[in-house]
Amino acid sequence: MGFFGRIRESLTKTKQQIVDRFEDIVRLADEPDRRSRPVDVDTIEALEELLISADIGVAATDRIIAAVKKRSDSGEGLRDLVKHELLAIFAAVDTPIIVANAPRVTLIVGVNGTGKTTTVGKLAHALRNEGKQPLICAADTFRAAAVEQLEIWATRAGVDIVRAREGSDPAAVVFDAITSAKAKGRDPVLVDTAGRLHTRVNLMNELEKIKRIAAREVPGAPQEVLLVLDSTVGQNGLAQAREFTNVAGVNGIVLTKLDGTAKGGVAVAIANDLKLPIRYVGVGEGIDDLVQFDAKEYVDGLFEEKW
Amino acid sequence: MFDSLSTRLQDVFKSLRGQGRLTPENIEAALREIRLALLEADVNFKVVKAFIDRVRDQAMEASVLQSLSPSQQIVKIVRDEMLGLFGDTKGGLTESSKRPRVVLLLGLQGAGKTTTAGKLALWLSKQGRHPLLVSTDVKRPAAIAQLNVVAGKAGVQVFDPAGDLDPVSRARGAMAQAATKGFDVVIVDSAGRLHIDDELMTELVAIKGVTDPSDLLYVADAMTGQDAIKSAGEFNSRVGVTGVVLTKMDGDARGGAALSVVSVVGVPIAFVGSGERLEDLEPFHPDRVVSRVLGMGDVLSLIERAEQAITQEDAAKLEQKIRSNEFTLEDFRDQLRTIRKMGPLEQIMGMLPGMGNIKALAENKPDEKQLGRIEAIIGSMTPDERRKQHIINGSRRKRIAKGSGTSVEEVNRLLKQFVQMQKMMKQLGGMAGLGGGGKNARRKAMEMLRNRR
Repeated sequence: MGFFGRIRESLTKTKQQIVDRFEDIVRLADEPDRRSRPVDVDTIEALEELLISADIGVAATDRIIAAVKKRSDSGEGLRDLVKHELLAIFAAVDTPIIVANAPRVTLIVGVNGTGKTTTVGKLAHALRNEGKQPLICAADTFRAAAVEQLEIWATRAGVDIVRAREGSDPAAVVFDAITSAKAKGRDPVLVDTAGRLHTRVNLMNELEKIKRIAAREVPGAPQEVLLVLDSTVGQNGLAQAREFTNVAGVNGIVLTKLDGTAKGGVAVAIANDLKLPIRYVGVGEGIDDLVQFDAKEYVDGLFEEKW
Repeated sequence: MFDSLSTRLQDVFKSLRGQGRLTPENIEAALREIRLALLEADVNFKVVKAFIDRVRDQAMEASVLQSLSPSQQIVKIVRDEMLGLFGDTKGGLTESSKRPRVVLLLGLQGAGKTTTAGKLALWLSKQGRHPLLVSTDVKRPAAIAQLNVVAGKAGVQVFDPAGDLDPVSRARGAMAQAATKGFDVVIVDSAGRLHIDDELMTELVAIKGVTDPSDLLYVADAMTGQDAIKSAGEFNSRVGVTGVVLTKMDGDARGGAALSVVSVVGVPIAFVGSGERLEDLEPFHPDRVVSRVLGMGDVLSLIERAEQAITQEDAAKLEQKIRSNEFTLEDFRDQLRTIRKMGPLEQIMGMLPGMGNIKALAENKPDEKQLGRIEAIIGSMTPDERRKQHIINGSRRKRIAKGSGTSVEEVNRLLKQFVQMQKMMKQLGGMAGLGGGGKNARRKAMEMLRNRR
């Protein structure tokens, strides 16, 4: 099964809940005699509820609703209007990552329990399959048994891991990992950091230090900073993205647990408000279940009638 | 907790306060703000709609429109409606006389089940119970190891038969162990699951079958969005849920999910996790949370914190000193330490009525470092100086400043403040019934606070 298939499959649950409702709304609004008229109030409200329920957030929802309200000018179908607007939100943030100096250092950050360690494991595996030689750095020296969990993933993915004892300075582990990667010719370095609430100043400062050390060892590093978001997160995801971007310079989002019922709609809000792209989505518990994000697939997945 | 929601609402109320009389127009404007605040707090769309409709109906009543303090009226309506949403639930565990009684923790991946298991175990042992922990999470790598570590930190026993990787048999084993070794509570940690996983749901039902739990606690991340209802509802219908544990409430999560889960799924919130330390678990009190949301402070929680940090003897001793006017710099330092024991200053300030309103406080966050400096200054004094601060002359001040790494100005400021404080204490000392008085007096005080509403 291809990557797209996996997203589709994982979005099936999402589809059942969102699409059925969307279908109803669209069918009513798109009847031939109503197509060129402004969308009525009930439709607007139903659509608003649908989007808010998908955690898309008030600002992005307002943007989409505004586009829908202008429909009478274009005569476009409601479905296309909504999809176009969503795609426009994602298209505006699709920026490539620049790696001037090797090794590429990827920092994985996020609040507790979103799936950072699992993401590192899956990402290492995916990179191996691409023929790269990644190195895992276990910089979560805080959570009980985090390093053990990551070691299991490293073994599964068949990649090396640089670890330190629980309670030691994470920035020192990052230094060790980069040194080791340079010596052994490993690239990229995937750094698993401890989960931290974005409101904890001390822990956020620790992240800043990790970043500083990485930049000292490799100019321009970390070239990639991925914020791992749980798909079930609500509007707090925005606050997380804002804070982590301020401190750690996040330049991409990983949406995990998309195989649950939640749609990770806050990613739309994040793209709209903070201009951050989604890079990967986690669609299951297996090691292969991390795929590159594709905006069209995602949006189609949300609103397509048939696959 | 709920802080951002509370700031939002307080702004709304402030704008209402400026108006002499309420009009249907400015009520509508306020309702729009409340709606937005609730939606941004992830309260379920339908819940918000129903909530707003009910508040509108009551606010539009003639008696409210004509009352002299319209904004107060609106606050009261919002407060009553919110309390209505939470229902009259009591936090904590349900009553059960079974021995051992079983608490089964369930929830989505990463919600914080394992950490909650440790916190709950510690909470129970503080109540004089003897909990036994068991992990049935054989799926997530190192989950069992994590529980072992957490149990070690909490100082409680954990049942972990090496090599047994069958969740149901692990649960059964823990039950047998508890019966023979005299544990009166068994806390069962389960594997995280996305609720669509039928296999794991079946496993949960099987674990429930062999342990017959008195409490099935659904552990939910306070940052969960609109999905909260669906997952909680699913767990409730497939396995059964008696209460919710809301975790990660120490972040800036607005916890709107809490409102939704309670009002839609109909399951009360039992506990709230409010920090990373194992002590940071509190039984849920809807009235306190609602008061805090509306900026009325949370004096009861503050008193409870204080009770945990201060022993009876200390309080009695202090009272004696204040009465006899013997309050010294040494006592002052002890006081500072006690306050710091109660938790981060910011959290404590948040519990004081009206504090959430003060803009300056939000900008200049109370500085923990400042307390550290004061402690250092007092620490650099000789015992004699601490007892008789009037002997501290210019050269002593210089020495103290040097010793504590501060400046003479700072030492001066501290001494000046201390003298003022002593004066205040003297006046207070004349008043009867300060502090002390034992449990009864405190209970009376709590009662009074409760009835004030």
